Amino acid sequence: MIPGYAGKFLEVNLTEKDFREIKLNDDVLRDYVGGRGLAAKILWDRLGRKWETVDPLGPENLLLFLTGPLTGFFPGGRICVSGKSPQSNGVVGSTVAGEFGVELKCAGYDGIIVTGTADEPVYVFIKDADIEIRSANHVWGMDAKQTVSALTKECRELLRTRYPHKGEWKEPSILYIGPAGENKVRTAVVAAKWTHAAGYGGYGAVMGAKKLKAIAVKGTSALPEVADMEKVKELIQAVCDNAYESELWRRWGTGSGGYEVGAKTSSEPVRNWQEEWHDEKSFGVDQFENRVWIKQYWGDFGCPTTCLKIAVVKTGKFKGAITDNPDYELQAYVGTNLGFFTPEENVYLASLVDDLGLCGIQTGNILGFAAELFQRGILTKEDLGGIELRWGDAEAFAALAKKIAYREGIGDILAEGTYRAALKLGKLKQLDLMQYAVQVKGISIGAHGIRSEKDYPEIYSYACSVQGGDHTSTACMPLDDFRSELMMSFNDSGVYCYFNVFGLPRTFVFDFYKAVTGIALTKEDWVSTKAMSILQLQRAMLLLGGPDMRWNPEIHDENPPRFYEPLPSGPFKGKTVDKELVKEEKRRYYELVGWDEKGIPKSDVLQKLGLDDVDKALEKIR
Amino acid sequence: MSEKHEAIWIARDLSKCSGCRKCEIACSLFHENRIWPEASRIRVFMLVPGVEFPHFCVQCEDYPCVDACPTNSLSINKETGAVIVDVNTCIGCGKCIDACPGKVPHMHPKENRILICDLCGGDPQCVKVCQEGLWNVLRIVPRGNNPYRLYARTPEEITRSLAVKIYGEEGEHLL
Ligand code: SF4
Ligand code: SF4
Ligand code: SF4
Repeated sequence: MIPGYAGKFLEVNLTEKDFREIKLNDDVLRDYVGGRGLAAKILWDRLGRKWETVDPLGPENLLLFLTGPLTGFFPGGRICVSGKSPQSNGVVGSTVAGEFGVELKCAGYDGIIVTGTADEPVYVFIKDADIEIRSANHVWGMDAKQTVSALTKECRELLRTRYPHKGEWKEPSILYIGPAGENKVRTAVVAAKWTHAAGYGGYGAVMGAKKLKAIAVKGTSALPEVADMEKVKELIQAVCDNAYESELWRRWGTGSGGYEVGAKTSSEPVRNWQEEWHDEKSFGVDQFENRVWIKQYWGDFGCPTTCLKIAVVKTGKFKGAITDNPDYELQAYVGTNLGFFTPEENVYLASLVDDLGLCGIQTGNILGFAAELFQRGILTKEDLGGIELRWGDAEAFAALAKKIAYREGIGDILAEGTYRAALKLGKLKQLDLMQYAVQVKGISIGAHGIRSEKDYPEIYSYACSVQGGDHTSTACMPLDDFRSELMMSFNDSGVYCYFNVFGLPRTFVFDFYKAVTGIALTKEDWVSTKAMSILQLQRAMLLLGGPDMRWNPEIHDENPPRFYEPLPSGPFKGKTVDKELVKEEKRRYYELVGWDEKGIPKSDVLQKLGLDDVDKALEKIR
Repeated sequence: MSEKHEAIWIARDLSKCSGCRKCEIACSLFHENRIWPEASRIRVFMLVPGVEFPHFCVQCEDYPCVDACPTNSLSINKETGAVIVDVNTCIGCGKCIDACPGKVPHMHPKENRILICDLCGGDPQCVKVCQEGLWNVLRIVPRGNNPYRLYARTPEEITRSLAVKIYGEEGEHLL
């Protein structure tokens, strides 16, 4: 057994209401590590042959909750959620912060593989090796805060009665969905605590389709043995010492971005990306700090940065709204992108999307899309069920977010996500609406634009990524650049928070991996073989797609049309992205990652990586 | 630990707790050489998100747990003021849990014995990491003639009052 791993996985079959422990070969763990990498491997092995026919929202799909060997050891605990994505129809490794991964490993499992579909709402309760599939009828329909509070209480009561000897039981860690997930909204999240979310990929909808409301886990063992505990302790200290130096993220988290990214780098979505610049000082980090932040530092297992802050609206019409920071992404997507610029409105809407179990980024994206259609007279007040969806009207956007979460009226179409909604509405309105859809391959673009070229993504980063618009997985050259998804996938496969990596040498995480697992791994080896295999698997499944969508790289390895419009305002006014240059960069990138001119992984590249079956499967689209 | 220590107390500013759980990690590493949240003598509860706080022994001035132990397995370290568990005689009966106004002691997850903070022999590891990260929830002060027992409250009691302190009147409904 490899140190750092618990050594077994829990497979839960919801159709049969049954579960079993399984082991994965050490070679598989060595090659695919955990989290995102392992998800790609498991999905390929189990569903690869019939990938195009697997409905992401059907019983055949798998839902994976995977830790990595570094989970719990590397400061900043996370868990990776995956499966066939109902957004991209490929595979997304979507991670969420919290103690779930740590509790799971302490319970003896490296991950959970959920198969089948329950006939009635259920949740899974795990206490070490005691597993129970319990009815969730009484919590179905509950919002985030209600769900957490009801299940925390119930599970602690279970622990108390079943193991009365312990004394006070700490709460188990819970992953759950809100109403949006239950209603299979494609922008629904798998959530932790109240505000933490695995958003990209849309796995909240998969959970809802499986009628799985939540998983609660309490593990009482220690984290697994590691190869070199003294070294692990030393490296933990090094991560912390480095993080303590970073005043920016400790003090403000990413929350200084709401103003800065708009005003300075001019790459923040404003009114559905019609602009990427604003100079609204009412949205300054000082305003957040003074008006809504009531906890300066908030974090998850072992985290030295504790970049989150807790925000509460204390007075006015949004009084009582609670969320975290909001972080930069949500400041942008349920703030500037919808045309409002005060912390209170921002906290209110962020709190609402949390409660509904919606992804703030992708729901903000679709709300902005809808508002632009309203601005242009394409969607009317009648279409919107009486809502006048004007920029800056937080309550109007809140009303529409609710319709999306409950799939009411127009909400039923918008619940399909920006790409699918643009197709559907376009058909209804007999118009090309894709020009207003700011997404790539079904996944909304993160709140970092490329037109000013002052932010971190490159002009081909989203177009070529195997996770579409996901800003935490961007294509970048050289392939070992820290912004390259080949490097980023190590964070998602080792499964820890990559915010604690900034400022450390690039090889640091591999040293950490070695101290935990005893396996020597160089950056070069990671990028050229292991991460490369993961990338090819993800690319293959993305291109195979189906059943409702298929991506053609010639058309879909492309930026949203909006990014080719000149920036209308700000310090980079007039700047745009050169389509020819994107084409050139794309070609260069294809070459580096071993894809042919059509964007399909080449035979010899796949065979060299030992992915012969992937090569065979791609024959049909070559 | 051989050096002499004056009796100390760990003062706690619970509403500032970041929930980082570094104290749990430090405590379990020190006592078990493993990262082991359930075996930590200090445990961070999160009955309501955002209302995390460390729960551990306050060294009541009258030590009701010590009196309640039927096997005399609990004693008070004169130098530090900490409650010391004799692991050889503790039978894991849980009488000290019942006697503790804060229900602080808890069973070791693998062995039939109780866990209570021993103040790390006078050099508390949890305080170090909490201060290093500038959260400063935990601080060492000299142990005086104070009503420390008042601080021994159950996780529910602490959550209830902290939630109101943190979230205002909203906090009333969150538990
Ligand atoms: S180390 Fe301090 S801030 Fe972190 S959980 Fe413990 S008491 Fe809270
Ligand atoms: S807090 Fe509890 S365990 Fe500590 S001295 Fe008081 S009664 Fe004993
Ligand atoms: S003082 Fe030592 S034993 Fe007590 S809680 Fe802190 S780390 Fe644990």
